Amino acid sequence: MLLKKKKREGAEINGSSMADIAFLLLIFFLVTTTINVDTGIGMVLPPPLDPNVEPPPIRERNQMNILVNAQGLILMDETPVQIGDVRLKLKEFIDNPNDDETLSVSPEAAIVSLKTQKETPYRIYIDMLDEVMGAYKELRDEASRANYGVEFARLQPDSPQRKQIQDMYPKKISIAAEEN
Amino acid sequence: MAGHFKKKQAGTKQEVPTSAMPDVVFMLLFFFMVTTVLREVTLKVKLDLTKASNIEKIEEKRLVSYIYMGPERLPGNQVGEDKVQIDDAIVDDIGAIRNLMYEKLLLEPRLIVSLRVDENSEFELLSNVTKELQQAGTFRINYSTKRED
Repeated sequence: MLLKKKKREGAEINGSSMADIAFLLLIFFLVTTTINVDTGIGMVLPPPLDPNVEPPPIRERNQMNILVNAQGLILMDETPVQIGDVRLKLKEFIDNPNDDETLSVSPEAAIVSLKTQKETPYRIYIDMLDEVMGAYKELRDEASRANYGVEFARLQPDSPQRKQIQDMYPKKISIAAEEN
Repeated sequence: MAGHFKKKQAGTKQEVPTSAMPDVVFMLLFFFMVTTVLREVTLKVKLDLTKASNIEKIEEKRLVSYIYMGPERLPGNQVGEDKVQIDDAIVDDIGAIRNLMYEKLLLEPRLIVSLRVDENSEFELLSNVTKELQQAGTFRINYSTKRED
């Protein structure tokens, strides 16, 4: 009897399966958690307009008026266009490589005014905004590649290079519902 | 010199100690448990997000506050009119959004408002909500979309 008791005191719990249990739990959490990153089109709204203060005058040629109706038909400065052509026309308007009299004086001055009807579905509005964002992205990428050899998205956040490209092509987008 | 070779042979019976393995794995486990946010909002509106290709990720999830817009879910698989949902409740009075968002802005000055809008809802509602956001001073917004393939 005495001998047997001494043997028990020396016994150890086998801890090697502990790792397996922990791994199981870890895999369970890895599989069940969905790290859904929120993606979308980022914008900064302008501050509300003061009714007593006149808005600053804008030269007609610096503003591109885009009208989208509820059926998804697009008017850019009074000419009907297909959605596939919007991006190219916008890039031409913002950059104005041939110094056209009717297009923007400089990229910094360009304003894109997006107007939709009240009944326009959100989907059509986002498609339109996507094209505007795409035009700016391509322009910024081109400038960034020419100056620094990398795409705009690869520039470090808050770096002077990024700031410079942003100042070259500021996103000036005005969004409004058409009054009617 | 012969002694040197013998010493090397003696090393073949060595084992890697695995007693610290559970600790390492538990550390990983706790890391994942702490970092994952399980809080989900019960949606009271129907939400089908639209797709866009020129989108960006929101890295700072803590700054984001969501506004949901879409047709209201009614019992019996039916949908009603377009409504706005903030947090867990439907906001019927659009004018109340101003105060709600302003309070959130005070708590988090770098607030980003993520607008999750159903693809078929009309622009007028969004336009009204945007005007309220302007009044509240929450200027950083994000139109939530899925990635277009």
